[in-house]
This record gives sequence, C-alpha cells and structure tokens, in this order.
Amino acid sequence: MEQVLQQLINGISLGSIYALIALGYTMVYGIINLINFAHGDIYMIGAYIGFACTTFLGMGFIPALIVSMVSSAVLGVIVEKVAYKPIRKSTRIAALITAISVSLFLEYGMMYFVKPETRTFPEVLPSQNITLGNVIVNNKDIYIVIVTVVLMLVLQYIIHNTKTGMAMRATSMDSEAAKLMGISVDNTISATFALGSCLAGAAGVMVGVYYNSIDPLMGMMPGIKAFIAAVIGGIGIIPGAMFGGYLLGITETMVSAYGYSLYKDAVAFAILILMLLIKPKGLFGKNVREKV
Amino acid sequence: MRILSKKNIITALLILLIYAVGEVMLRQGIIDSYIELNIMLIGINIILAVGLNLVTGITGQFSLGHAAFMAVGAYTSAIFTAKFGQSFIVAMVFSAIAAALAGVIIGIPTLRLKGDYLAIATLGFGEIIKIVALNIDYIGGARGFMDIPKYTNWTWLYFMVVLSIVVIKNFVDSRGGRACISISQDETAAEAMGINTTKYKILAFVIGAFFAGIAGALYANYFYFIKPDSFGYMKSIDILVIVVFGGMGSIAGSVVGAIVLSLISLFLQSIPELRMVVYAVILFLIMVYRPQGLLGKGEFKLKFLRKRVA
Repeated sequence: MEQVLQQLINGISLGSIYALIALGYTMVYGIINLINFAHGDIYMIGAYIGFACTTFLGMGFIPALIVSMVSSAVLGVIVEKVAYKPIRKSTRIAALITAISVSLFLEYGMMYFVKPETRTFPEVLPSQNITLGNVIVNNKDIYIVIVTVVLMLVLQYIIHNTKTGMAMRATSMDSEAAKLMGISVDNTISATFALGSCLAGAAGVMVGVYYNSIDPLMGMMPGIKAFIAAVIGGIGIIPGAMFGGYLLGITETMVSAYGYSLYKDAVAFAILILMLLIKPKGLFGKNVREKV
Repeated sequence: MRILSKKNIITALLILLIYAVGEVMLRQGIIDSYIELNIMLIGINIILAVGLNLVTGITGQFSLGHAAFMAVGAYTSAIFTAKFGQSFIVAMVFSAIAAALAGVIIGIPTLRLKGDYLAIATLGFGEIIKIVALNIDYIGGARGFMDIPKYTNWTWLYFMVVLSIVVIKNFVDSRGGRACISISQDETAAEAMGINTTKYKILAFVIGAFFAGIAGALYANYFYFIKPDSFGYMKSIDILVIVVFGGMGSIAGSVVGAIVLSLISLFLQSIPELRMVVYAVILFLIMVYRPQGLLGKGEFKLKFLRKRVA
C-alpha cells in the first residue's frame, strides 16, 4: 500500500509535467488543427533558459521560472509567426511536415549552441523529505504540484473570464465566424501559442529542477507523450488535457514501479491506440457526426 | 493492352541497360565502396518511399509507422539468414510476408481512423514494435542483432527496386488503384459509389508494408548489424518526407525525392553540426513554397522515345 501511495506521488509529479505540455498541444490543435511537433522542443528550450538563469545568473526557482515562461511565450509566438502562418491554408500533410521541420530546427539548432551533452541542473530547491506516515514526500513534488495547479487556475481564468480567452474559444469553434464578429484571428492564434508555450517553458524548468538533467533532445518523447495525454482527454478540451496528463503520468510510474520500466513507453502508446479505437474523441469529448 | 507492346519493351531494355551500366561500373571499380553504400541507401529509400506513397499519396492515409514494417522485415531476414542459415531469397520472401502480416494486424484497427489520429496511431504502433524488439533477447535486444550475412548487392537491390516500382505502378493503374485514388479524394463519396473503402485501404497498407519488409531485408543483409533504434519514428518521418518532397501520389516523384534527399544529406555531411538544421530549413522552404513536392502529381513519360520509335 505504501508502495502504491509512493508511486502515486511520483506519478502526480510526472503527470503535472505532461499535463502542462498537453495543455499547449490541445489549445493549439483546438484552434488551428495542427499537431505542433515543435511544442516539445519549446519545453526543452524552456528548460535550458531556466538552466541559464539559475547557473549563470544565480536566480532562484521562482524568478527563473518566470523568465523562462516569458521567453518561451515569445519563442512560441515567433515560431507561429515565422513558420505556421505561411502554411495555415495548406494541406494537412504539408502542415504536419512543417511542424516536424520546425521541431528538427529547434532541436538541432539548440544542439549546435549548447552542445549535445547532458547538463546537470543546479540544486535550486534544497531537497527536503517530509515523511507522512510511511510515505516520503519530497518538497520538489509539492512545488511541482503547487506551481501546476496555480498555472492551471490562471489558465482557466484567462480562458473563461477574459476577452482574449473568449476570442480563443470563439476562434476554435469557428474561425470564419469569429472573424466576422470582429475578432482578430491572427492575434488570437498568437495568444494561444504564447499561452501554450508559456506552460511548456514552466514544465521545462520544473523537469530540470526535478530530474536534475537536461539535454537538447529531451523534448521528443515528452512531446509525444503529452500529445497522447491530450488525445486521451479529448483534443481541444482543456480539462481533458489535464486529466490525460495525470492519468498518463500515474500509469507510467506504476508500470515502471512494478518492474516493466522498459515497457512504459509501449504502455503509453497502447493506451493511446485503445483510446483512439474505443473513443476517438477522448474521454471528455463529444461525438460530432461527420457531415458530407 | 499487350504485355509486349513497344513501350514495355523499350522500358524493359532501359531497365536492363541501367542495370548493366551499374554492374560494369562496380566491376571496374569506378564506383567505390562509399558510393556503393550510398546507392544501397538510395535504393532502400526508394522502395520504402514508393510503398509509403501508395498508402499516403495515393490512398490518402497518413502513416507514421512505415519504419516498423521495415523493422519487421529486417529482423525476419536477419533471423532466417543468420540463425537458420537460409538463403537470401527464402529470407526475403518470409520478411515480406511477415511485414505484410504486420500490416494487416496494424491496418485493420487503425485504418478506421482518419487524418492526424491515424498518423498518431500508426506512430504508436511503430514505437510499440520497436520497444518489443528492444526487449527480446533472442534478437539481441537493445544491443542489436549482429553478424548478419551480407547478401545484398547491386543485383538484388536493383531488381527489388524495379519490382516494387513495377508492381505498385501497375496496382495504381488497376481497378484497385483507381479505388484507392477515389478514397483519397473523398472517402464518403467513394463509399457511396460502392467501393469497399476498408478493403482497399487495408490492401494499400499491406502492399506498402510488404515492400517495406523487402527493404528491411535488403537493409539488414547489407549492414551486418541492425538495432531497434534505427527503426524509430524518425525513420518513418524520413520516409514520409521523401514522399512529400517528391510529390504525393507521384511514383516517379518518390524515386526522385529519394535520390535528391539522399544527395542533399550526403553533401551536408561536410558540416555535421549543422546538417540537421540545414535539412530542416530546406524541408520548411519546400513545404512553404512548393507544398505539392518536386514533381507534384506528375509521372515520367517516355514520350520523347516514343516519338523517335514511331
């Protein structure tokens, strides 16, 4: 039982990371129907910015987190303006390959500047273990969960209570109609990318703090996993992405804990495939009938 | 249409001529082993790309799991040649069949999905196959499968490339191929016209997998050594890039795409640190300025020859 609880705590930390990345995926997919493969790389760059802030500038955890979030948001908007705007009208496959090319560009461009080796993240949060009964909770776990919950609440507020959020919801429902209502679709899409990238940057810094090591290709797998999380929850649906992220994180740690760590990626993909076959619109999705 | 039409005879002669030129150049040592290696890679990429083009370009089904079929073929061939001591032809037949079976197993559930969902599901299946291969000790696991006999040579490669192009080209021009094209244009309309869309989608998928299996066998028996990581989703993306770069739905485009992209990456080897960056930029520019690919939907025609003969 303690074992299960302990793994549950680890799973929640990992799940928070997936959930934060998945939110960006789901928002971008919801608004322009593009699998933004570069999203995982923005998370990686966010981790490097956090690394630079803490190592070279000696910042603490929270300032580094904020700097990284802001820079990631700017980067996300640049990526959108430079790369995705010209292909908004092109075919799905051209868009998909453009996203892949942006992802390769960020990964290997970053590798050129920071060298391929793994870097060790400095200890910005001194490790403290809190014992609750027989379960050990690290203060990093608590930080991750608190930061994630705060960010999600802020996101919910932005989406449901601000004008930008309303514009985003309108654009994702019907961008043509939204345009006719006087919404600047271009700015709304940029805002979506900024918000999503901001969360990915935060996830990057937290992964650096939690696992202590970062490298230029660290974004590939979490990027795909986060997409899986978004699909599990129903793509385009924000609470769905959060739920999917936590479900995936917890499942993965449980699978690893019971000795099948080599199969943890396979399990994630198996969940994805089952989900797609049984309920392709995701757990929180509504079925929409296809019209001819 | 007769098989022995003038056009077919000329094509066959041309094919044999190119083969003979290649063989003579290899024998004379004009083509050194480095160029030969690259020719092998180009040939394998052509087979993979032509197969994927049938699925993605002609039938319109996104697949990001093509490398998995190649993995199935490569491992099957490695087992048959290295462990059972079978001849290459036997190994190749079994590789192709094994990959085609994998195609049926993956195709039946996933082809109900559409667009991006299908892409992600095939990517998932591909990664699962890779992870399973990583965990089977019999085939070397993560260390890789070593000491595979080297059977692949110019003759094998060339005739397998020709076989894949001829079979797929003829399939596209057949009743089945027409059905596949109609699915890519409008699946609902195709179904309304009485086409069994599931059947043709799976058929295209299986043919693509079959040839990917052959490509895998050629690959395994050329490089002595295979490891599961070579068949990850990045490989599938590479193949997809060839197809889109050459032109979706154009078989000649896939051939040209495989050659041009291999040459580009060959030239980029002089700047190893920036190779992938430049590659990404080229890819991006192609997608923005020429999203239909180099050849669009066009095919090579032997018109200039026909005029002379007629």
